[in-house]
Amino acid sequence: MALTKLSSPHAKDALSTSSMMRWVVMLCLPGLAVQTYFFGWGNLHNVLLCSVIALLCEAAIMQIRKRPVGFYLKDYSALVTAVLLGLALPPLAPWWVCVVATSFAIIFGKHLYGGMGYNPFNPAMVGYALVLVSFPVAMTTNWATPSMLLENTLSLPETLSTIWQLGASADAYSGATPLDVYKHEIKAGTEEVIRQNAIFGNRIALGWESVNLAFLIGGLGLLVLKIIPWQTPIGVLSGIALPALLLSWDSDQAVPVSLHLFAGATMLGAFFIATDPVSSSTTPLGRLIYGFGIGLFTFVIRKYGSYPDAIAFAVLLMNFAAPFIDTYTQPRTYGHRKAKRGYKAKDKG
Amino acid sequence: MKTPVEHSNKRKLFEFNGGIHPEENKWQSTQEGIQQTSLPPKFVLPLQQHVGAPAKALVSVGEHVLRGQLLAEADGVVSVNIHAPSSGTITDISDHPVAHPSGLSSMCIVLCPDGKDESVERVSHEDYLNLSADQTRQIIRAAGIAGLGGAGFPTDIKLHPANVKNISTLVINGIECEPYITADDMLMREHADEILRGVEIMARLLESEHCILAIEDNKPEACAALNVALTERQQAKSAQLHEIELAVIPTKYPSGGEKQLIYVLTGQEVPSGGIPADIGVVCQNVGTARAVYRAVRYGESFTSRITTLTGEQMQQPCNVEVRIGTPINWLIEQYGYSPSQPERLIMGGPMMGFSITDSSMPVVKTTNCILAPALNELPLNEQAQACIRCGLCTEACPADLLPQQLYWFSRSNELDKAEQHNLFDCIECGACAYVCPSSIPLVQYYRHTKGEIKQQRLDLEKSDRARIRFEARQERLERETAEKEAKRKARAEAAAKLQAEKKAQAESASNNTNSPAQTNDSKTAAKSAVEAALARKNVQTTDSAPAELSAEALKSQLEKTQAKLDKMLDALEEAKQNNLDQVAKLQRAVEKNQLRVNQAKQSHEQAIKREQASASQPAPSAAENSQQAPVDIDQLERSLEKAKSKLETMRSAFEDAEQDNTDQKEKLARAVDKNVIRVAAAQNALDEAMQNTQSETP
Repeated sequence: MALTKLSSPHAKDALSTSSMMRWVVMLCLPGLAVQTYFFGWGNLHNVLLCSVIALLCEAAIMQIRKRPVGFYLKDYSALVTAVLLGLALPPLAPWWVCVVATSFAIIFGKHLYGGMGYNPFNPAMVGYALVLVSFPVAMTTNWATPSMLLENTLSLPETLSTIWQLGASADAYSGATPLDVYKHEIKAGTEEVIRQNAIFGNRIALGWESVNLAFLIGGLGLLVLKIIPWQTPIGVLSGIALPALLLSWDSDQAVPVSLHLFAGATMLGAFFIATDPVSSSTTPLGRLIYGFGIGLFTFVIRKYGSYPDAIAFAVLLMNFAAPFIDTYTQPRTYGHRKAKRGYKAKDKG
Repeated sequence: MKTPVEHSNKRKLFEFNGGIHPEENKWQSTQEGIQQTSLPPKFVLPLQQHVGAPAKALVSVGEHVLRGQLLAEADGVVSVNIHAPSSGTITDISDHPVAHPSGLSSMCIVLCPDGKDESVERVSHEDYLNLSADQTRQIIRAAGIAGLGGAGFPTDIKLHPANVKNISTLVINGIECEPYITADDMLMREHADEILRGVEIMARLLESEHCILAIEDNKPEACAALNVALTERQQAKSAQLHEIELAVIPTKYPSGGEKQLIYVLTGQEVPSGGIPADIGVVCQNVGTARAVYRAVRYGESFTSRITTLTGEQMQQPCNVEVRIGTPINWLIEQYGYSPSQPERLIMGGPMMGFSITDSSMPVVKTTNCILAPALNELPLNEQAQACIRCGLCTEACPADLLPQQLYWFSRSNELDKAEQHNLFDCIECGACAYVCPSSIPLVQYYRHTKGEIKQQRLDLEKSDRARIRFEARQERLERETAEKEAKRKARAEAAAKLQAEKKAQAESASNNTNSPAQTNDSKTAAKSAVEAALARKNVQTTDSAPAELSAEALKSQLEKTQAKLDKMLDALEEAKQNNLDQVAKLQRAVEKNQLRVNQAKQSHEQAIKREQASASQPAPSAAENSQQAPVDIDQLERSLEKAKSKLETMRSAFEDAEQDNTDQKEKLARAVDKNVIRVAAAQNALDEAMQNTQSETP
């Protein structure tokens, strides 16, 4: 008589890696919707373009590596990378920016390191950093101006024509981001003067504040579903807010905390990018430190660096540190007097 | 993060980190009360149903036994008696498949019941509370009670801890946190009074200050039953009884784990590698408490227990009071087991139970549940996806480990790192694998790595022992060589002295005679060189030793040969342990040496006789000496031959050894080298002697 033999446990929670990835994509959608509302069709187009490229690259690599293509496509991890890139890249950036970033992210950022689960760096940010340093002009001048500030809003055909470089120029519809503007103009003026620029709107930064709010809501959804740990986003946000409170408390001198938190890619970074589990720290305390480091580097690069935003570099820098952080943040195991720190040749405790 | 939680208790409770809330599925088997099973066609009683040594069978095939009769007795302290579950005939004592995670077989006694179910006479104690502690423990031990909770540790040992004075708390585990299992639940509902009486007995034995009966808040009926029984007990309470405190704790898996439960109740942690008694706690299962009471009060041996039969493939899920040894396939057929899908039977719960390989195996003392799930109920493992380091396992781990790191270390076989990450504190509760979104069988990895590390430790211990032995032997050999060297030097000096004396004698003789004496003289010189070579190179020339070789020299040679023989015997002993191949060879060598020793003894005796005979005679003449010289050359030639052949055999032995035993290689290599030197020296001596004689003869 043949009895099925399996090792315990025999029961299994319903949550799977695929469904986790699906949730991440789905909870990005409110942010994408708000982005589309304020900044036009650009991001939506980019998300779709990146997704197609990412899935093609993933399938091709799996074919070359002789792995079951369907099984790996179904984990949706390539899709998550693509969606994050599509959300993060400038909406009116030329099409080849998306293509280069996405294919580099999937092929070099992920598969050359061994594929799903083995990449030490966040693939989306690897792709983003590549295009940021390679095509600085395309990456800094193609941020769309909120559509309510435009006399003629950018229609879908016009957007496509701009992105695919079929004639229309993005110049009329694009400009610098509020973070960038504030940073450069505060040297000369005061907050009152700067805020007269229409891109800041009535509250923090027109459009950007709503986009960040949408990502915050999506991120809270991820927290509730226990798909991401709370430590990483809390770490990131406090890593940005604390130094900002200390060093940029005077909004006539530097970018204020509110703008740090609700402009740029802060919420997308804190809840969707920094929480990429594969390349982040894995211990509870480690994640707090890892997140805080990302926040801190973001602040430092924003304040002292020349790039308009800094999430990508901050994430990559902390990716380097994650294994080290893990080693020194092991929790205290039940029945042990103290936690172990690092590796020792002879460890008795 | 560990914070106390409020829960309608007097006691402050603590919450351990991690844990999960799997679907409980306990309602199916609690619809009806505990059922009594009939007698199966046969009982299969494994000699090992507990932690420790297997019991020793006392009966033989064909013997008729009564219920409660001792069939196998505990072998050593950590072992448990096994009794007949019913009256009948022993039909077989042999290997049968038993409940073992690896599907192993083990020795079982097979009993065919006669249907009469006659029992041995039981010794009941109405006044059991007046029994002394030792008497009570004796009864518990004799009754063959092993922990009913899971591991099956002999109960009497747990009730007799080394530091009994330090035991402050007795914890009675009625948690039953595994999904599906309701055996303890039903037991508490129906036999609360017996449980409490059993607890009182155990508390008396341990003289513990506190006595807590812990139960999860998902068992309201059992709670109510216990409360009723507690009130009754309190009314009948006498001074000698301990007060039992009922603690209702929040439902969370695995709060029934001993370590977790102790933390929840006391806020204390069992030290890593230690036992609860180290912090003054003893943990017992509610089923054990009842078994203790039945044994002490009614003299019943432990021959039946409550087991849950559940799962969608069981038509009448329920709890049964089943005799130990009942075959599982017979038992589940009684309750409507009709597999419509590939069969899967799990002994224990879905979290920690193991799938059994043969449904004919018996119910044992630790069998709390037989689970027959349908495929959609507990789906088979999906293909594992890549670990994405999400850390859900870390959040679920009740031991505060990093399951995911342990997984990576297990995969890459980094045993030392796995150990440093406290792999051995893993209780294999399965919470990590339950939450793993990539369906990685984490616990299986940990079990494997634990096994690997244990094996490595064993190997290390073994090689350490071997190394110490080898080093001690090396040291002894070096010491012996040094001693021999010293002896040899002393002998060489004595021989040189002797030679000088002889030379002086010969010179004085040549002074008296004329020219032929000169030849004699040089011949004597050649001979002395040969003799020196003989002494130096330890070449055996004893067979036809000339009378001149003193009894002393022969004696030393005898000693040497004896020593060699001893050494060979040593080597033989060692070889017997290490390498059977070489045994024959060495045996031959030993025999040869035995012969040699005998020869040496004979010649020694002869020499002594000769010396005694020649003592009265004057010193040998120079003419005699001159005759001896060519004989010596012959001898040298022979010894050279011998040494060469010895070297040859050693070389071949060395080559053999190289192929099959690297241990002995070094040793033999040294021996070969030594012999090469020896042969060269012998050759030298021979050449020298030849030259000398040749230069003289023309």
